Amino acid sequence: MNQLTVAGVSKYFGRRKALTNVTFTCEPGQIVGLLGPNGAGKSTLLNILATLLSPSKGAVTYGDRSAVDGGAEIRGRIGMLGHDLFLYPELTARENLAFFAELYGLPDVSRVVTHALEQAGLSARADDYVSGFSRGMRQRVALERALLHDPALVLLDEPFTGLDQASTAALVSRLRDRQRAGRLIILATHDLDIADTLVTRAIFLIDGKPVEDAGGGRPLRERYQAAVAARPA
Amino acid sequence: MSAFFRVVWIVVKKDVTVEVRSLELVLTTVFFAVTVVLMFAFGLVVQGAAIDDVSAAILWIAIAFSGTLALGRTFERERQNDTLRALLLAPADRPAIYVGKLIGILLLLALVEAVLVPLIGLFFNAPIFAHPGRLVLMLVAGTIGFCAVGTLFAAMLVRARTRDVLLPIMLYPMTVPVMIAGVRGTAALLQPAPDLAMAQFWLGLLGAFDVVFLILALWTFDPVMTD
Repeated sequence: MNQLTVAGVSKYFGRRKALTNVTFTCEPGQIVGLLGPNGAGKSTLLNILATLLSPSKGAVTYGDRSAVDGGAEIRGRIGMLGHDLFLYPELTARENLAFFAELYGLPDVSRVVTHALEQAGLSARADDYVSGFSRGMRQRVALERALLHDPALVLLDEPFTGLDQASTAALVSRLRDRQRAGRLIILATHDLDIADTLVTRAIFLIDGKPVEDAGGGRPLRERYQAAVAARPA
Repeated sequence: MSAFFRVVWIVVKKDVTVEVRSLELVLTTVFFAVTVVLMFAFGLVVQGAAIDDVSAAILWIAIAFSGTLALGRTFERERQNDTLRALLLAPADRPAIYVGKLIGILLLLALVEAVLVPLIGLFFNAPIFAHPGRLVLMLVAGTIGFCAVGTLFAAMLVRARTRDVLLPIMLYPMTVPVMIAGVRGTAALLQPAPDLAMAQFWLGLLGAFDVVFLILALWTFDPVMTD
């Protein structure tokens, strides 16, 4: 996936406008922060980028292909970690990862799963049910589930929720590792302090509309507050 | 084609594993179906004799109600951790995911029917062993028709807040023809002098409904799940 292009994307749910004319372009190797208050449309935009929702207006292209003509091939290059973790609590960590590895048609499922469990630091708990895991442990399994197939585009919705310092540091390190491998990472978060140290670019979404990042070397928190203050009445 | 059936198998295997671990759906649907049959048996069987054809109607009422319960709970399970989105995000044929979910629900209802049919025979003196092959075919065809539509609707409604109300409102009117064909066909088999020609006619009709419903569901599953 060379470039992700979001061109004039709007999304309506009935009469409610969730997104209005969102336009931006992202390159591989970037970590893009999607920032905005609750209800700003961040999750809706992530779902559109993941091909789980279709835009009411506008288009998203992945390299030179759209979600409509790319279908399963585009989906195979996207990894998503949602706010809910997309894991089956009745299955063990190993079974969850093996299920998704098989669903993605990965070769040598056993090796892939073992490697993912090592990355999550959960090899010793591999055969425990996910229902018995803490939020942080579940989050680590869920992240590895999203990265199992080495996706070119990684979408993360509030990935730092409920994580302690060590887990947050491990997640940041894992994301930087993917960035160095040339993957494009887009994350929606409220945690401006972590975002400031992690993202290479910020996109502010206020009331479903993109607001220009003033930039200028100022801390992200200040730029975000300026964007929120500039929201139209 | 092999990739399609591989995905179907992976989804079915996962659903069966989850259900074997929790037994949640099996226990709730079987107990519910048995309760329905018992209530009707106490209400409608007087001095050991039931009204003509009532056994077939009660069998299909129990299947429809427990099927609705199973459909709702199966997709509630996928909703709780948003795993349905993870399934839809996979680079797999989405109709294969639909077929996998459908087979999981059919297996569950087959288990329910394996308990229900002997109970119907016992409480309503229905001759369930007169034409067992035809009775099984009738149940299989009717259950496929009901679940083909039900699986599509339950998946569509998974994110709707009023899904528990909307599922029966949408499902029952659509599946009335299947239920009527199931009841009339089963009644033709369970009456004291079975009418095999009539049973064959209703079975053929059920087969036609199955083909139509399955084609429509496979065709519409992908677009309806994207919006």
